[in-house]
Amino acid sequence: MNYYGVKAIYLFELARTWRTLLQSIASPVLTTALYFVVFGSAIGGHMGDIEGVSYGAFIVPGLIMLMVLTESTSNASFGIYMPKFSGTIYEILSAPISAFEIVLGYVGAAATKSLIIGLIILVTARLFVDFSIAHPLWMLGFLFLTALAFSLLGFIIGICADGFERLQIVPAMVVMPLAFLGGTFYSITMLPPLWQKLVLFNPVVYLVSGFRWSFYGTADVPVTISLAMISVFLVICLAIVCWIFKTGYRVRS
Amino acid sequence: MQPVIAVEGLTKVYASGFEALRGVDLSIHKGEIFALLGPNGAGKTTLISIICGIVNPGDGRVLANGWDVVKDYRRARASIGLVPQELSVNMFETVWAAVKFSRGLFGKPANDAYLEKLLRDLSLYDKKDTKIMALSGGMKRRVLIAKALAHEPEILFLDEPTAGVDVELRRDMWTMIRALREQGVTIILTTHYIEEAEEMADRIGVIHQGEIILVDGKQNLMNQLGRKQLSVQLTAPLDALPERLTRYQLSLSDDGYQLVYHYDTQNQAAIAPLLRDLEALSLDYSDLHTNQSSLEDIFVSLVEERRA
Ligand SMILES: Nc1ncnc2c1ncn2[C@@H]1O[C@H](COP(=O)(O)OP(=O)(O)OP(=O)(O)O)[C@@H](O)[C@H]1O
Ligand SMILES: [Mg+2]
Repeated sequence: MNYYGVKAIYLFELARTWRTLLQSIASPVLTTALYFVVFGSAIGGHMGDIEGVSYGAFIVPGLIMLMVLTESTSNASFGIYMPKFSGTIYEILSAPISAFEIVLGYVGAAATKSLIIGLIILVTARLFVDFSIAHPLWMLGFLFLTALAFSLLGFIIGICADGFERLQIVPAMVVMPLAFLGGTFYSITMLPPLWQKLVLFNPVVYLVSGFRWSFYGTADVPVTISLAMISVFLVICLAIVCWIFKTGYRVRS
Repeated sequence: MQPVIAVEGLTKVYASGFEALRGVDLSIHKGEIFALLGPNGAGKTTLISIICGIVNPGDGRVLANGWDVVKDYRRARASIGLVPQELSVNMFETVWAAVKFSRGLFGKPANDAYLEKLLRDLSLYDKKDTKIMALSGGMKRRVLIAKALAHEPEILFLDEPTAGVDVELRRDMWTMIRALREQGVTIILTTHYIEEAEEMADRIGVIHQGEIILVDGKQNLMNQLGRKQLSVQLTAPLDALPERLTRYQLSLSDDGYQLVYHYDTQNQAAIAPLLRDLEALSLDYSDLHTNQSSLEDIFVSLVEERRA
């Protein structure tokens, strides 16, 4: 195990966050604050409670998930795409470091960063609305697994992308819509019956539902299923990453 | 003695179907400076990239310090440093962060004293807190060298270290490379320039179209490669070569106005006797020029020689 190598990549990636502190952390926080002003205060004031939780508090877990999903994907994809684009990846490829260790460094750093963002948003949200967390450890667990899974997804996107446009396309065209339709701002029980069935194909539904359960103890789908789904997603991403390194796909010519 | 790098029957076909290496065999001895000489597209970078683990090999195998670069990549790569052809370096980092990163990446614990000495040797220490984008091209290249040396490798690959570098820096580079050799580092460099290979290397390998066509000690090779031609533009045409000039390797152009003389750059007294003879024969000339056979010409003739 090349411990120093993993540490070097991990710290390098986190240092990139510090260098771009404003856009890394301030902008998601600002976005969240805007969501709270619009949805929480302006619209939420006209909405009744959902499953006994005020609308402002109801959207907190969904918002955090939304941010963690998008941040994980974009950070991890950018982190590995940049060295590929600038050519500095030669150094990583020529180093005595295994594929697993490379992934650990990059994905670990991206996941850490979105975890931090998630927690900052949690604190920010507390300034706007009153809420409590029923199962704090589960909450952290869901947050961690989600950050990890979507950082892996981002890593895969970054490796496969062959241009900056491609880098944006999956986060903008897939992750964002799925996150919005995944029950971020509503409970899926509020949907017409047919849609209630359809949304079950959206993996984000399980994440948001499980995460919301850790806050308020109510969920759209059983929490064990949420956990199973996120594990499956994680394993699929891991398998793709393994395959990429085994074949050298888009990494080694 | 076991070679530090052993390449055996190495081939490489890129995904595009292009055959970049066609059965390369090469041994690098410990402690030598080896120059890989070849024209654009010969396969120099491909060969180096395979040894360093950046490009997947085709058939054949490569051992570094006795370790297979694919199966035992950790042990093989730990002893290798690479300075790439392109100036690929993260522009937003400081010099210090860059070398520290490289050392860690190669699995070595931090050693600030070593890195400080390294940067001093490369005259980079006063720039250590400068962002790399604010450095000149020559300094960036030295940063790449510092990164390659940060983990104290025994084998250093330099892919065209003097491309785009001015004369003074080129001299510095050569001095530095020799100093590294003194410390026991084995050095493999690539170049387009015969003069550079001649000046620097203990042994030279010539690569052309994915094949090593010659590996030799410097002296032997220079004798084969170091040929030039002198063209003499006469003021009056000659019908035939005068008797007195037949002992030179001369050819006369069809119109009789131009004499072409092939000679060896190693031979110090090649031109003067010819000019004295022209003087003695009262042959006047309006122009003289010399040119070196291009590397491409030389490679082609070497390939033909080998096929013959
Ligand atoms: N990734 C790639 N895919 C397809 N062909 C490639 C790839 N990389 C290099 N080649 C081809 O392989 C051949 C050898 O390239 P290489 O870079 O090894 O040459 P070189 O000797 O380093 O040349 P130069 O002196 O210009 O640096 C070239 O014809 C090049 O076009
Ligand atoms: Mg090259």
